[in-house]
Amino acid sequence: MKQNADLYMKHDQFIPLSFLPTGKKARVRALMSKGISRRRMLDLGLILDTEVEALQKSPFGDPVAYLVRGAVIALRSEEASDILVEAM
Amino acid sequence: MGLTKQSTGSSVLGFKPHIERQHPGQKIIALAGNPNVGKSTVFNSLTGMRQHTGNWPGKTVSIAQGSFFHKGVHFLLVDIPGTYSLMANSVEEGVARDFICFGDPDAVIVVTDATCLERNLNLVLQVLEVTGNVVVCVNLIDDARRRKIRIDLEELSRLLGVTVAGTSARSGKGLDRLMDEVWTVTHEKPGCCRGSPLKIRYHEAVESAVGLMEPSLEAALNKKLCARWTALRLLEGDENLLESIRNYLGYDLLALEAVSNSFQKARKILIDAGIDQDLFRDIIVSGIVRKAEEISRRVVAMEEPGHYTRDRKIDRVLTSRTWGIPIMIAMLGVILWITITGANYPSALLADALFWVEDQMTALFLSIGAPAWLHGLLVTGMYRTLAWVVSVMLPPMAIFFPLFTLLEDLGYLPRVAFNLDSFFKKACAHGKQALTMCMGFGCNAAGVVGCRIIDSPRERLIATITNSFVPCNGRFPTLIAIITMFFAGIIEGPFRSVISALMLTGVILLGVMMTLLVSRILSRTILKGLPSSFTLELPPYRKPQVGRILVRSLLDRTLFVLGRAVAVAAPAGMVIWAMSNIHIGGLSLLSHCAGFLDPFARLIGMDGCIIMAFILGFPANEIVIPLVIMSYMSTGSMMEFESLVRLRELLAANGWTWLTAVCVMLFSLMHWPCSTTCLTIRKETQSWKWTLISFLVPTAAGILICFITASVARLLGLS
Repeated sequence: MKQNADLYMKHDQFIPLSFLPTGKKARVRALMSKGISRRRMLDLGLILDTEVEALQKSPFGDPVAYLVRGAVIALRSEEASDILVEAM
Repeated sequence: MGLTKQSTGSSVLGFKPHIERQHPGQKIIALAGNPNVGKSTVFNSLTGMRQHTGNWPGKTVSIAQGSFFHKGVHFLLVDIPGTYSLMANSVEEGVARDFICFGDPDAVIVVTDATCLERNLNLVLQVLEVTGNVVVCVNLIDDARRRKIRIDLEELSRLLGVTVAGTSARSGKGLDRLMDEVWTVTHEKPGCCRGSPLKIRYHEAVESAVGLMEPSLEAALNKKLCARWTALRLLEGDENLLESIRNYLGYDLLALEAVSNSFQKARKILIDAGIDQDLFRDIIVSGIVRKAEEISRRVVAMEEPGHYTRDRKIDRVLTSRTWGIPIMIAMLGVILWITITGANYPSALLADALFWVEDQMTALFLSIGAPAWLHGLLVTGMYRTLAWVVSVMLPPMAIFFPLFTLLEDLGYLPRVAFNLDSFFKKACAHGKQALTMCMGFGCNAAGVVGCRIIDSPRERLIATITNSFVPCNGRFPTLIAIITMFFAGIIEGPFRSVISALMLTGVILLGVMMTLLVSRILSRTILKGLPSSFTLELPPYRKPQVGRILVRSLLDRTLFVLGRAVAVAAPAGMVIWAMSNIHIGGLSLLSHCAGFLDPFARLIGMDGCIIMAFILGFPANEIVIPLVIMSYMSTGSMMEFESLVRLRELLAANGWTWLTAVCVMLFSLMHWPCSTTCLTIRKETQSWKWTLISFLVPTAAGILICFITASVARLLGLS
């Protein structure tokens, strides 16, 4: 979390993906996930500069469906908050 | 078996993936691909009915094999698990990788989805790093055309350096061409491919580290594995691959001095360049993803960028805040209503037919003068139980399973997981558990097998242990009969079945709540831990194939579950008949046991006969009610009741009140899983401990809840 905080300070235009409003697009600027979670995100193609669009919240607000490289992927806020993006 | 050149030699040492050639010279073809790309449609279209399913040695991942014959050559097609990558992040990925690496396939077909090619190329590129004997099958090409996506297959083939075949497996289009290409690839001399398969160039330091390791690995691997690919995996720190090499090739790669030396040197190069293992992995994955993006940009043309607007619109309704949950519950209710109303009539017909057969059998036994005990054991014991199970179970299953498969085919089920995940997250469980619960409606054993789709071990165990809180098809008849007799009976006419469906939906919702509650308790106690990462793909909606649904759900599911139920019900019928016909001191063995259980049973709102019926119903839940009737009538064999009204009278005469009915429903919802499910849990978890826990948890919950319900009702003077 501390690392995240540092990154926010350095790049205040970056936001966690979980903050991206639905219908908006963004580009991945940093992937803070660790371990297995990081591997999963990479497998989904969430590497630097990847375009992501927040499509739809689930009925209770979490998880959220994102459009990543043509596929619709639902992520929980935990995972999405480790992905720093720059809104487009 | 007719071994080819590669599979002899030192590989005899380790245990090999067990794929036997049925004909000498048969070519083995691995069928790889992402999940949801129509891989199994390709598999079925190519192999037809000539297939069987087996388990991977030592793993609970099943792989289907089937054969086909093309241009004078026999091919054995092996359907390996659908995965997004070969990085061995999950058991399935490990199995897929191991088969491609160590199963000696003569070629690999990678099935891809034309409507989502870029993502699928990821796996193609990874397979190409392992072997060049690849045919890429771009499936769903008609779907893509409908969505105005054009794919330049020739350019794709040129860029990848392997052959590409466009198919639409549902209509059978392009499959001949695919088989031609497979034939060609397997008949080329090894090592002289026409083009050269694409190899991705990574960061300079990575390339020099890999280059340094290649010579020593080439010597050590003796062409059994691609040296470049192995070097990449070793530098990435892939322990899992080292273990597979130990298992399948029979030696420890890093224990070889030459390999170990070059490995150390290569590591130094990377460390000097500031690349640690995490960064190394990022470089590799990014390299592959970027390449896939680049290729996709050159071969895919989309006329309208918003080609999925229809899906988004549907999602905006089916997963919306307002409508998501109500639509889901309504759909469940409608499916149950169709199942209940639709099953009544065929059920009665089937029962008539089967009991007519019983009369004929009795006549036969009498005419040949068979002893009464033999007739009792075989006809009134075994056959009648079987007839009961078949007539009660078959019609609802034959209706429920196709409906369920329809939802599956449409792509709705992942949306259920999406809608409900927030509840599962609060219970520290995985949203995909919603899917395994859906499967549990059909059969809990099937639900337990389905838990494989949850890739983290902790959440998978939770889903396994709690699966039996969802009432399966075997328990529906019990629930439905009781609801109709004691609760829906107050209303006459067409609304009766609606009331039944509503109450049944209520019971199911209670089961769902219990699942969540118990999941939460489990993750606070014996399965402590944070929910691990969650990703869920919402695939595009697809037009279901009605014909295939009927065949698949009837053959694969209905007959399979029925067969298993019959296999346990037959011996159970004999045991039950024996227990109720062996008399000690004027009372049958069954009555003795029931009498012994009675005081305890009264505490939880039931009586000894009911508990005894639940115990004897361990092999198959659907025989619980027949057993109860049998004990009350003391006829010594299971009775068919002519009407629910008469049954109600019988139950009331034996002291049943609304409280008894409620407690029986609660206990039916929450008690030990049936024997088939228990055995399946044992097989899936490879542990008696977890099987025992899966047995005890719902049982304890059921006893506790029935006790509380009965005590409260009695204290309040309601019963």
